[in-house]
Amino acid sequence: MTVNEKELAERVIRISGVNTKKCMKCGKCSGTCPSYDDMEYHPHQFVSMVEKGQIKKLMESKSIWTCLSCFACIERCPRSVEPAKLIEAVRVCVIRQQGENHLKANAVPEKLDDNMPQQAIVSAFRKYSK
Amino acid sequence: MTYSYYPGCTLKTKAKELDKYARASAEALGVTLEEIEDWQCCGAVYPLALDEIATKLSAVRALDSAKKEGRDLLTLCSACHHVIKRVNNDMLTNDDIRMKVNNYLKLDTDYVGETNVVHYLEMLRDTVGFDNIKAAVKNPLKGRKIAAYYGCLLLRPAKVMQFDNPENPTILEDFIKAIGATPVITGYRNECCGGYVALEDKSIPQKRANMILEEAMAKGADTVITACPLCLYNLETNSTIENKPAICYFTELLAEALGLK
Repeated sequence: MTVNEKELAERVIRISGVNTKKCMKCGKCSGTCPSYDDMEYHPHQFVSMVEKGQIKKLMESKSIWTCLSCFACIERCPRSVEPAKLIEAVRVCVIRQQGENHLKANAVPEKLDDNMPQQAIVSAFRKYSK
Repeated sequence: MTYSYYPGCTLKTKAKELDKYARASAEALGVTLEEIEDWQCCGAVYPLALDEIATKLSAVRALDSAKKEGRDLLTLCSACHHVIKRVNNDMLTNDDIRMKVNNYLKLDTDYVGETNVVHYLEMLRDTVGFDNIKAAVKNPLKGRKIAAYYGCLLLRPAKVMQFDNPENPTILEDFIKAIGATPVITGYRNECCGGYVALEDKSIPQKRANMILEEAMAKGADTVITACPLCLYNLETNSTIENKPAICYFTELLAEALGLK
């Protein structure tokens, strides 16, 4: 683990408030994840990879954008590890960097349709941009 | 009974039916909704990161506004309810967030989580009572088979939301019975529709919406109800299956049953 990776891991732990050591590796988080098939790294892997300090791989993964924020892994974790908090922490570590917004305002108009509620647009900005 | 009411951004635009029929029905049931002044959009996603402060401020402003009126704060959109209820819990239980928010807002008196956040459905269940709704129904929706789609945001995390049993909720089914229809229980009713990633990758919400509706159809539902504009949009617009059930807000059916629509 490089020093930078160690700092990143500490940052993710601090921002998320998650204690990865509570995980008993039952896999229920990934078993219940509705976005499992659309993720490269799955919720249980976020827990183990953060523990190993492999944050850069997570920051580069599309998994952080396909988490649905449905809180299923949070509700159903028998040890209250709550993996979605780690996914959010990695996501904000990316978008808080200069120029690293995942959703840019000028990309929005072509994504709109006539029925799309404001809620979809507002939430996408909150999840994908700073 | 009078509540401070937080409609939220979508209820003023794409989800006017959710708002309009909620107001009319509440009035008919003896409940007054006073829209709070100068409310701001809640942001639609609860910021899970512990060091996020600015993204929690609009919720606290709404909570403080209800506190000044000395009323409970009533919400209707699932996302607004989720965000405001969870931010309120932070203000009540997290010293660091409470201090930083109050340092920033400089209110006359610090806001420390005093306001009670109530969802419209909770008001129907706990204040009006489903028996009284049943008694007030003029056009019972007899013969209608209705599947309740809860989605994620009202139920989880249960220890904060305290809305209903997160795995086996009953509030919407009890509502369906009160308006004279028959509830259809589906396995996907509390699984996510994927709507939050509609701008990122539409194939995900499309798959989810199809699964949810196919199950409701297989179980004989003619209608699917929700409290969430994003769920409604996703089920209605992003699903690709044909002859799908009617998808509407629960408040539309309430108003119909009360003879207001």
